[in-house]
Amino acid sequence: MTAFFAILGRELRLSLRHGADTLGALLFFLLAASLFPLAIGPAPETLGRIAPGIIWVCALLAALLPLDRLFGADFEDGSLDHLLLSGLPAAGITFAKACAHWLVTGLPLLLAAAPLAIMLRMPEEGIPALLAGLLPGTLLLSLLGASGAAIVLGARRGGVLLPLLVLPLTTPVLIFGVAAADAASAGMTPRPHLLLLAAMLAGALPLCPLAAGAALRGAAE
Amino acid sequence: MLQAEGLAAFRGERLVFRDLDFALPAGGALVLAGPNGSGKSTLLRLLAGLVRPAAGQLLWRGEDALADLPGHATRLVYVGHYDAVKLGLTAAENLRLAARLGGGAVPDALAAMGLGALADLPARMLSAGQKRRLALARLALSTAPLWLLDEPTLGLDVASVERFGVLLAGHRARGGLVVAATHLPLPLEGTMELRLT
Repeated sequence: MTAFFAILGRELRLSLRHGADTLGALLFFLLAASLFPLAIGPAPETLGRIAPGIIWVCALLAALLPLDRLFGADFEDGSLDHLLLSGLPAAGITFAKACAHWLVTGLPLLLAAAPLAIMLRMPEEGIPALLAGLLPGTLLLSLLGASGAAIVLGARRGGVLLPLLVLPLTTPVLIFGVAAADAASAGMTPRPHLLLLAAMLAGALPLCPLAAGAALRGAAE
Repeated sequence: MLQAEGLAAFRGERLVFRDLDFALPAGGALVLAGPNGSGKSTLLRLLAGLVRPAAGQLLWRGEDALADLPGHATRLVYVGHYDAVKLGLTAAENLRLAARLGGGAVPDALAAMGLGALADLPARMLSAGQKRRLALARLALSTAPLWLLDEPTLGLDVASVERFGVLLAGHRARGGLVVAATHLPLPLEGTMELRLT
């Protein structure tokens, strides 16, 4: 456990030092979502109807931004070897990395989603369901993203490959996340959609770090 | 303590070495020699458990060392070809992870490699030789018995090589093992040499 928190602490300290990279994803999220009212027009009925979709797609793309540096920076400067020799299994290292990614990217996206939803005139009764979906959703994005980042590590043009690998995997998350918010906006219960998201998280929590850990060992070789 | 039996390793599709045997007692030092591309770094990474052997086995006190990789990792310190220094952190912060894992004190480790005055300087301000010394300072933080060093003295000045020699001598006096790949003479006495072709 010491090693896990030591690595997590190191990741957070590094994110703090590279503040521009850390804020980049959040600013991208806010800017990209703000483009929609300009492109579609400010009519509340249209905008409110598609607001959950806008927020989810923008969150998905924003979470992808820092992924290619997640392991890439450590791979290039040799730090990855030291992480692998920290005494923590490779799966534990990738889990620490995924946690760090969620804390510096997923959590700010989650916090920014509510004001953004209000700005996009989303029906008020849908907002709690949107956030309740984004909580497991952003966690899933971090876990799937960390696996994708570990798999493309060492590949030429890995940064281009990464979205192509991760985006298809995240489609179920997107579908049920938006469905939960839509159901709540229409006055129905979002419960089944949220439960499905939680089930996906329960599956990804053990499987993604294992897959990413195996990929990390392969890349180090 | 450390024993290799018939080790072989691939680098991509190419067999870099095969049928490699050696045994290293407590306090021993093994210097890997050979031309570029002869597999010195690959052997060091294999000993660290980062590369899987294609054949043969590695024994630690008579037991298979690579069966439990995280456990094997706690027995060793690896200083690779890259310095693994994060430019955005200060010199002291760069050592913090190794200190928390190894249990040593950062100021002592920095002093051991003559970096005490540079502790709070961002690593991007350090010269290449100073970064190398920072990488070597990790050795002073750990009590692990096996040191794996890839070209440790590359870019070091004479005074730093002497400090490094003190570090090495202390480690061997405590019964520690050193395996180093190098083209430069190292501040080590009574070494064994393994020549790779």
